[in-house]
Amino acid sequence: MSIVKKDYIRPLDIKNGRIDMGHGAGGRAAMQLIEELFLAAFDNDYLRQGDDGAAFAIPQGERMVMAVDGHVVSPLFFPGGDVGCLSVHGTINDVAMSGARPLYLAASFILEEGFPLADLKRIVESMAAAAREAGVPVITGDTKVVEQGKGDGVFISTTGVGVVPVGVDVSGRNARPGDVLLLSGTIGEHGVAVLSQRESLEFETTIRSDTAALHTLVAAMLQAAPGGVRVLRDPTRGGLATTLNEIARQSGVGMLLQEDAIPVLPQVDAACELLGLDPLYIANEGKLVAACAPEAVEAVLAAMRAHPLGAQAARIGSVVEDPHRFVQMDTRFGGRRVVDWLSGEQLPRIC
Amino acid sequence: MKYIDEFRDGGVAQKIAERLRQEVRPNRSYSFMEFCGGHTHAISRYGVSELLPANVRMVHGPGCPVCVLPIGRIDLAIKLALERGAIVCTYGDTMRVPASDGLSLVRAKARGGDIRMVYSAADALQIARQNPQREVVFFAIGFETTTPPTALAIRDAHKEGLANFSVLCCHVLTPSAITHILESPEVRQFGTVPIDGFVGPAHVSIVIGSGPYEHFAQEYRKPVVIAGFEPLDVMQAVLMLVRQVNEGRAEVENEFTRAVNRDGNLNAQALVSDIFELRPSFEWRGLGEVPYSALKIRPGFAAFDAERRFQLGYQPVADNKACECGAILRGVKKPTDCKIFGTVCTPENPVGSCMVSSEGACAAHYSYGRFKDIAIVAAA
Repeated sequence: MSIVKKDYIRPLDIKNGRIDMGHGAGGRAAMQLIEELFLAAFDNDYLRQGDDGAAFAIPQGERMVMAVDGHVVSPLFFPGGDVGCLSVHGTINDVAMSGARPLYLAASFILEEGFPLADLKRIVESMAAAAREAGVPVITGDTKVVEQGKGDGVFISTTGVGVVPVGVDVSGRNARPGDVLLLSGTIGEHGVAVLSQRESLEFETTIRSDTAALHTLVAAMLQAAPGGVRVLRDPTRGGLATTLNEIARQSGVGMLLQEDAIPVLPQVDAACELLGLDPLYIANEGKLVAACAPEAVEAVLAAMRAHPLGAQAARIGSVVEDPHRFVQMDTRFGGRRVVDWLSGEQLPRIC
Repeated sequence: MKYIDEFRDGGVAQKIAERLRQEVRPNRSYSFMEFCGGHTHAISRYGVSELLPANVRMVHGPGCPVCVLPIGRIDLAIKLALERGAIVCTYGDTMRVPASDGLSLVRAKARGGDIRMVYSAADALQIARQNPQREVVFFAIGFETTTPPTALAIRDAHKEGLANFSVLCCHVLTPSAITHILESPEVRQFGTVPIDGFVGPAHVSIVIGSGPYEHFAQEYRKPVVIAGFEPLDVMQAVLMLVRQVNEGRAEVENEFTRAVNRDGNLNAQALVSDIFELRPSFEWRGLGEVPYSALKIRPGFAAFDAERRFQLGYQPVADNKACECGAILRGVKKPTDCKIFGTVCTPENPVGSCMVSSEGACAAHYSYGRFKDIAIVAAA
């Protein structure tokens, strides 16, 4: 990035301006967008160097983790968040679920011609605030513009890198029969908050997305019982049910859940009831599920409950031997059922 | 949730289960058909069958509106979107029902059809208002529960003189389907499907009341207990049916008194009869042509009838030969009797309609109950 003298060009008209093809053409307009919007929001030493990439030092002896996540949420703004903070939290969480300490983020924006600059500014500032709060800066990025009709306003793809502290081994492959499943809090808020803003579904709700960066919660859990946390995963799209099925498949085990123990806010339960949806399959953006060694459970659970993002943490079931890798659940009603993979998109029932 | 959790209380369920164990006669078996997909879903999701005595068998009936929708009808909706350029609006779980040529509404959407999921007929109407330059068709499916909202949409469109809105009407009627099953050779002549009684529909009965079922109880000597969709409702209904059978009674009883009365919602019935009239015959998936079992839009509202407006000709399409949906919908076979269940036909790739909606007998068994088919270790 070179520095363009501001005096010679008119500043971006954030209030009324819209993205046009010039903002993606690599010329002065693109430079201006980067400097006045992205750099202003994300400002840090790495970005200010103005190179196409960012060089950073590698910690000695530790394993590195890299994760990438694309964000295409609709609507872009929803109760409790927006695509901007979501793109930061989501990627930090993907890095953290490997037991890693997230260090840096890279962000790629695909903007649609005609997108209002004011909305873009709001998104970028929310993203920057989320990155600052998490202590994980965005150190490099890219912007492209596509013609109107070829995008959905804004697509943000974020990449995160982090380091795994020595001695930590967290993976979806590590669950063993006898392990205890812990959940950091209530499920379904993000999915229901987003759904509540979709066309023709404006039900009166106070449900806000739970979007949050979970890396400090993860650090507290790992510290509480070194070696005791075997699996970490954030149940995003597909919800808790799909995440547990993924872990069961990776580890070659079964799971048995207790419906009674899974925390769900009454508002989320009611909204799901109304729409014929199951909270187990609804997306979360600020929750994690862990498989812990039985002897580590009390310490990990205590550490979770002492953290603001784990105050509602609960023991929801256990890992069992099962060559068929079924996730089953003892229902509150006294029966037992399979908690299956989500098939396609969860669609509301007709009546 | 107040008014919901009370009907999912495991302690009460155990008490009813115990009562059932005491009252069923060990020397006979009991088969009850739950007509509604909502009941099928509840039975599977909460594991109700496990709480019933071994000699009480639940037969899944054809009451899932998505499951009984014939291929030819979905083809019409797809044609409207792909060939006529209409915006086609429909309820969520209709989107995945398999149609001809490997298509479904979801797949037709991926091919460029403007197909939108809506939560009510009123939403489709709103889309029509917002897109005056486009033809908007509401693909209306469902039993008596979803019919009044469709009628309301047509009435409002008529009042507003909305020129770009129409309805592809596929609404079907519960009592005709029950009659069809009771008249079927399997039930009447062959006795291959013993049906000792019916768990009557919940939401449907809110609209039509309990009166229309009295005919079955009297004419066919089959008890009917109308029940809500909560698992305790179903268990209580089964207990009431067992008692009727034991006492040799065949009556219509109402377990769902908190929402259903004898007459139903007269305003809704009047609205429906203003807008719709009976079709002499209608094809159901799995049941074939069933006389006087569906509704069509009255000539006075012809402008809102997509079949007339687009001069659509109905072409029946046969189901996949390996698929047993027809027999499953009539209660003749169980999902696991079908050779392609769980192998070729899965929720990800449904061949038959019963695998599509979570209310379908096959999808419900696949998603919630298939662990019972396989001996597994589930030590806690």
